[in-house]
Amino acid sequence: MSGPIQFTCPLPPAAKDRIVLGHGSGGKLSADLLRDVFLPFFPSPILHRLEDQAVFEIGGARLAFTTDSFVVKPLFFRGGDIGSLAVHGTVNDLAMGGATPLYLSAGFILEEGLEIEVLRRVAESMGRAAGAIPIEIVTGDTKVVEKGSGDGLFVNTSGIGLVPEGVRLSPSLVRPGDSILLSGPIGDHGIAILAEREGIRFSTELASDCAPLHGLAAGMLAASRDIHAMRDPTRGGVSSALNEIASRAGVGMIIEESAIPVRDEVRGACELLGLDPLYVANEGKLIAFVAPQAADAVLAAMRRHELGTGAARIGVVTEAPAGLVLLRTPFGTTRIVDMLPGDQLPRIC
Amino acid sequence: MKYLDEYRDPALARRLVAEIRRSATRPWVLMEICGGQTHTLVKYGIEELVGPRVELVHGPGCPVCVTPLGIIDQAIAIASNPKVIFVSFGDMLRVPGSRSDLFQVKAAGGDVRIAYSPMDAVSLARENPQRAVVFFAVGFETTAPANATAVWQAKREGLQNFSMLASHVLVPPAIRLLLESGSNRVQGFIAPGHVCTVMGYREYEELAARYRMPFVVGGFEPLDLLEAILMLVRQLEEGRAQVENQYGRSVNRDGNKAARRRMMEVFAVTDRNWRGIGPIAGSGLCLRPEYAAFDAGRIFGVEAIAAPEPPECISALVLKGLKKPVDCPVFGTRCTPGAPLGAPMVSSEGACAAYYRYRRHTVLAGG
Repeated sequence: MSGPIQFTCPLPPAAKDRIVLGHGSGGKLSADLLRDVFLPFFPSPILHRLEDQAVFEIGGARLAFTTDSFVVKPLFFRGGDIGSLAVHGTVNDLAMGGATPLYLSAGFILEEGLEIEVLRRVAESMGRAAGAIPIEIVTGDTKVVEKGSGDGLFVNTSGIGLVPEGVRLSPSLVRPGDSILLSGPIGDHGIAILAEREGIRFSTELASDCAPLHGLAAGMLAASRDIHAMRDPTRGGVSSALNEIASRAGVGMIIEESAIPVRDEVRGACELLGLDPLYVANEGKLIAFVAPQAADAVLAAMRRHELGTGAARIGVVTEAPAGLVLLRTPFGTTRIVDMLPGDQLPRIC
Repeated sequence: MKYLDEYRDPALARRLVAEIRRSATRPWVLMEICGGQTHTLVKYGIEELVGPRVELVHGPGCPVCVTPLGIIDQAIAIASNPKVIFVSFGDMLRVPGSRSDLFQVKAAGGDVRIAYSPMDAVSLARENPQRAVVFFAVGFETTAPANATAVWQAKREGLQNFSMLASHVLVPPAIRLLLESGSNRVQGFIAPGHVCTVMGYREYEELAARYRMPFVVGGFEPLDLLEAILMLVRQLEEGRAQVENQYGRSVNRDGNKAARRRMMEVFAVTDRNWRGIGPIAGSGLCLRPEYAAFDAGRIFGVEAIAAPEPPECISALVLKGLKKPVDCPVFGTRCTPGAPLGAPMVSSEGACAAYYRYRRHTVLAGG
């Protein structure tokens, strides 16, 4: 062959005029949807803070209010089920605002044909989970859709909690120099669900980390009030949680790959399936941004709690590059940890 | 973790890096072909480590990226047919065709499913005799034997509702095209370890002799690639042009004969258009006439559609190793993984997408 090669580049961007599964990933597409579709019509300044819970004052009390829907498939998995997940998920959103959980609503969308025994097991699990916290389920709703219009059972819960005097947590309070603390090994929930769905077996039994975080959060706040923000890295995993906060606070972050705890089962499954544990969902972990002078005390408090025994300091908040999360590899190079562009694993919560 | 940590050991990596820097007395330009290797190099920042004399450029080795637009459009048309269950590897779903992508087809009600193995598609065909199951067979020589086996199995079972849209590409013809282009800068190649696991490396010995070009068959972990780079630098410094095998735990000279036999029983070599590169003679695989009954393109009679090309994209130069992704004026601004203008930004294994994902802070934030 002689002469120049004819290289071409035929790629116009695809039209995006319908909902795709990635819009539910908690990553970039979810953020786009919020910005382009909802926020223009919902002007509340409380909403526009875009935090995991709305915090407002009524009669001198500061209340936290949040809602979450649960569409996990399968309904029952090792370490939990859609019922316990629906209680813990909403309780955790309250807890990340520093709130003590008080009241919960429970809404059910049921598909025609669902066995009542399945619904009974889910309700029993919800009751048990709520009782253990404790949070009271005080209102609810049930709707039934035709066979084929749902997938068995979807649950929505909303929760109200009370934010104690003097507690103020918000991504906007995160500052350069803050330590980034993580409460334990990541990716257990997403990989446990995937394993259940795809029939992957491990030599040890990996379970979802689904758990209520209010006790851990309260213990940390008792150790120090210099905690600036907390976040539970659910959909989109640790990477999405960090990126959201970095862009909200207008700061950079650098995390150490070797400091991030990941179980061998999760690492192995991720290697096999081409996933990155930083993007895999958790349902019982939290990330805290803590003023440097308080980091040791808060880390010690985390490790004293049963849900924080594996806690680690994974990185630090920096001034630049604003809005970007960098990871230092064990080789000393750095790379970007981006927000998930699409969907890694659909319907994990 | 066993079989993982020993290939990512920071102390060993430092030793290899020091040895590469010591061995390279002049500037050398090396190219890896496989997108999986590109991904590892960029993810771990290996280019930064081995510089300044060793420059790494990235070849056209992402099969997702180079799958021609016409075939993506064919896939979209077939997947939109309500009688069809369309089965694909996950990374093909977000590759844009001229107007849509497979995710959009799925969102609009198409039955598009992700599989990890082509045999899953054969099982689906068995379980859904009233539906037409179409598998989207994309990839280099690596995935061809498994895809061939799926068709072979379907034929053996007499499954009449299984078919395949095949768009396989072959590595050596693309290397030959690069080496004959006149503007070539590449002085040594890391040959693709998974491709060579199937094919062996006799084809690369021909290329090495004919073009006086050193090759090292490399693996995919950071230490594999550092070792392969060191072996290439040593060949270049010593004036050798041979094929050496760094990835001995997976590759031997003859490859996997049984896999190759199955592959060539089902597929035949054909000319293929590479997205971003253009037509390359004898660079693809298509179903043999004996398997025409399983050819989805023929069954569904879908035509390829031509589409306009954004003039600002420099993927031509990137895929030839003449430019880096970050040299492109629209990199990270008008061209991102969410809205790619060119082939290498499409899949996570494409060079532009890998740079965007892991290294854009080094250019966009000025260091």
